[in-house]
Amino acid sequence: MEKILEVNDLQIDFDTFAGSVKAIRNVNFHLNKGETLAIVGESGSGKSVTVRSIMGLLANNAKVASGSIDFKGRDILKLSNREIEKIRGNDISMIFQDPMTSLDPTMPIGKQVAEPLLIHGNVSKKKAMARAEEVLELVGITNAKNRMKDYPHQFSGGQRQRIVIAIAIVNYPEILIADEPTTALDVTIQAQIIDLMKELQNKIETSIIFITHDLGVVAGIADRVAVMYAGKIIEYGSVDEIFYNPQHPYTWGLLNSMPTLDTDSDRLYAIPGTPPNLLNPPRGDAFAPRNPYAMQIDYQAMPPFFKVSDTHYAATWLLHPDAPKTEPPVAIRKRQEEFRRLVAEGKITQPENDEGGVKDDAE
Amino acid sequence: MADNTSDIKLNADSFKPVAANNVDEQEKISAPSLTFFQDAIRRLRKNKAAVFSFWLLAIIIFISIVSIWWTPSDPNAQHVAYANLPPKIANGNIPGFTGKANVGGNIVDKYAAAKVPKGTYYVLGTDYLGRDLFSRLMKGVALSLLIGLLATLFDLVIGVPYGIISGWKGGKTDTIMQRIIEIISSIPNLVVVILMLLLFTPGLGSIVVAMGITGWITMARLVRAETLTLKTQEYILAAQTLGESPFRIALKHLIPNLSSTIIIQTMFSIPTAIFFEAFLSFIGIGIPAPNASLGTLLSDGQKTFRFLPYQMWYPAAVISIIMIAFNLLADGLRDAFDPKTQE
Amino acid sequence: MRKYIFKRIMYMILTLFIIATATFFLMKLMPGSPYANQAKMTAEQRAIMDAQYGLNKPVYQQYFIYLIGIVQGNFGTSFQFNNQPVSFLISSRIGPSMQIGAQAIVLGTVLGILLGALAAIRKNTWVDTLATFFAILGRSIPNFVFAVLLQFYLAFKLKIFPIALWDEGFRSSILPTIALSMAPLATTARFMRTEMVDVLNSDYIELARAKGNTPWQTVAKHALRNSLIPVITIIGPMAVDLMVGSMVVENIFSIPGIGDQFVKSITTNDYPTIMGLTLLYSFMLVVVILIVDILYGFIDPRIRLSGNEGSN
Repeated sequence: MEKILEVNDLQIDFDTFAGSVKAIRNVNFHLNKGETLAIVGESGSGKSVTVRSIMGLLANNAKVASGSIDFKGRDILKLSNREIEKIRGNDISMIFQDPMTSLDPTMPIGKQVAEPLLIHGNVSKKKAMARAEEVLELVGITNAKNRMKDYPHQFSGGQRQRIVIAIAIVNYPEILIADEPTTALDVTIQAQIIDLMKELQNKIETSIIFITHDLGVVAGIADRVAVMYAGKIIEYGSVDEIFYNPQHPYTWGLLNSMPTLDTDSDRLYAIPGTPPNLLNPPRGDAFAPRNPYAMQIDYQAMPPFFKVSDTHYAATWLLHPDAPKTEPPVAIRKRQEEFRRLVAEGKITQPENDEGGVKDDAE
Repeated sequence: MADNTSDIKLNADSFKPVAANNVDEQEKISAPSLTFFQDAIRRLRKNKAAVFSFWLLAIIIFISIVSIWWTPSDPNAQHVAYANLPPKIANGNIPGFTGKANVGGNIVDKYAAAKVPKGTYYVLGTDYLGRDLFSRLMKGVALSLLIGLLATLFDLVIGVPYGIISGWKGGKTDTIMQRIIEIISSIPNLVVVILMLLLFTPGLGSIVVAMGITGWITMARLVRAETLTLKTQEYILAAQTLGESPFRIALKHLIPNLSSTIIIQTMFSIPTAIFFEAFLSFIGIGIPAPNASLGTLLSDGQKTFRFLPYQMWYPAAVISIIMIAFNLLADGLRDAFDPKTQE
Repeated sequence: MRKYIFKRIMYMILTLFIIATATFFLMKLMPGSPYANQAKMTAEQRAIMDAQYGLNKPVYQQYFIYLIGIVQGNFGTSFQFNNQPVSFLISSRIGPSMQIGAQAIVLGTVLGILLGALAAIRKNTWVDTLATFFAILGRSIPNFVFAVLLQFYLAFKLKIFPIALWDEGFRSSILPTIALSMAPLATTARFMRTEMVDVLNSDYIELARAKGNTPWQTVAKHALRNSLIPVITIIGPMAVDLMVGSMVVENIFSIPGIGDQFVKSITTNDYPTIMGLTLLYSFMLVVVILIVDILYGFIDPRIRLSGNEGSN
């Protein structure tokens, strides 16, 4: 598969009055053409900062300490403002979290949707407006023709998010970044927006980076999932691998805290404690203090990525060959059983161990 | 993609589980807890302009208090022979304080011309009646500050209860009270003040009352708006449910939460009152002669400004400094109490 | 919207009526005689004068005569100033006041908006500090102090502008305009900065940047308009500042305007003129506030359309 975007060893610090906050710590990932990559994590895990660095929209006090973001053979982090403005809203565009506040309240929506066309393409105003109308129709704004001159407050939250999506796709971007696009919406509207995004992905052939803290949303849209914790990616793999065969205790916690139909207990699981302070990131695994399976080594050294399959890696010392065998929580074991069954039935294509000679990363 | 781990020494202990971690420790909050006020004061201390203004005002207020008992000379004593002497300090060798003036192109030692005995000098000169301007300035600042404080008392005594009642009661009471405010505020407050001053005999009391009658409007509006939002807060509802009396709720819950609004507004009211006094005295209906206020000093100074600029310069500089200091301090307080407005 | 405006105008008339009544009775309570040389007058002369001004009638009759007069645009006759009708006194003097006021508010708001916007865009830089410093100076230095300083240095010492009077047309209006514009400038700059900082932190500005707008395009297309709309609301309070300011500034520069007239009437106990001008000031203020409210409704789409949203 063709990689369209590659993030290498990204490290971003924030200067605050208390000191330098290490918000992103050596993050690596890539995005394949046409796929949807979900980045999952709780608030403050660095997922928003990561995608904002791809857009070149970091806050003023953010500093890229190291790393590169390769897009079409160029490192986005090294581009001038002019050059990145040409990419923004054209090749890479973004959908924001809160549709109630992300539209300009004093500008008719038609003009707002046409704006990226006028910025990037040499089109006449008339053509841009015609195209804006088409796109509004495409995202499901009924009677778009008559609503071009309406203002954002005349639309419901779901409709506004459709308009925000229209703005994002009006230039047929190659990468669409969605920063928790459904968090602020009602559950029924969430599903509609997810469906819309899937439909649009097929129509305009774009790749999507989908950020969320809600694993339930991920299952419906993602091809691959990366789990972030305390500024690092701690596990990544295909959506089936993450859902049915998770390896990192943090991923276990996340999955356990998600309500499912067959949850036995009437209480939801909550991961104890709070994420670490990234002013002084811990030496070892940042999750260790909250991890019931923590070992001595977790406090001493950062775990490297251990390979689970060609597409599935997890950064936890539990996967080290010397580590004692641990039993994951019951619910996770059930998921893993389900996973083995699905693989056996061939419902999940599992590339694991089908080619020899892939060495474990750990040694 | 793998991290380099070659420098880690793995041993038998490495993979020993760590004893079940203490959840209590997890929930520990790492930053020391500060009350809202402590936090606001901490933020205020970071604002250099506000801190500087605070100390400057403290010094000015201290000097004003001193002036109640002591001034270099009697501020109202007239020495017509020593009229309009320029500023002079000691021997007169500090530029600007030489005691000499330019009369028709010649530098003239006014002190010698007026046969002022050696060793007698006026730091800021004298006015047209030979009164010591430095003493008058001290007294004037004290009077202006007093007016500022008294006028602000009206804000607190009328504006705060009015705002709380209007916001708390709501409904018809609120509508009527707001209508009254609307009517009062549609007369320019200066006009009200002037009408009041025509009605009463001019003086400290009438100026304060006249300003107080309109001054509380802003305070009442702010307090009402804040009360309206506080009213819907859970802890107020809880107190109501528990059957606390409205008066106790106001005292225990509302006032503490309104305090930042009140303090900030007070800080803005004081300079406004000082300005108003100066303005009224300037147009001749303020503090009556012979008492000195910043306004009367400016008014007297303006009459001779073209020829004896020092008589207006110093009061003008002092009133500007006081106003700037109050405004900077008020801005600082507002930023400190409302973290949203700053970084 | 039409219903709303009608209701507002009704309230306006009620307010003015209350003000007129209050002023009238306050004036009746005023100490001191309106006649310039009362000491020399005999009782007979006083009676003749009272009859001439209608002061011998019962108070309630005087009150109704006064009210009817107001409706007809008659504010009575000045006790001073050659016994001219108050309405004439006002109409002959309102021109210069209006000119200076309008010039000051335009100059003040335009510069204030620029200064405030610049401070917000360059937040926490020296530009911001400098703009904030100027705004604080404008807010803190009393306008009469500023007027006297301008007069002394630019007119008296450097002789760039006329010192006072109203006989050189526009040139005469420059210094008073600058002196008067300081307050609106400071108010606007401060308000604009706060609004703009808020707007620049908003999500739709980030979206505008995400569309590929340059920082300046973002400001021009989105930030400026959104922060300008609320600035309209401070025009009312600024109009009050201007009225207050005009009194001293006109006095200092000897400009034959209504502010100067007001100050002179106060010092001579010329009650009819004081009443007339009080009403005029209140009227202007109420009208300005009404216009601002209506204007706001027309400019802000969120308010503009809420009235007829049903049709959409």
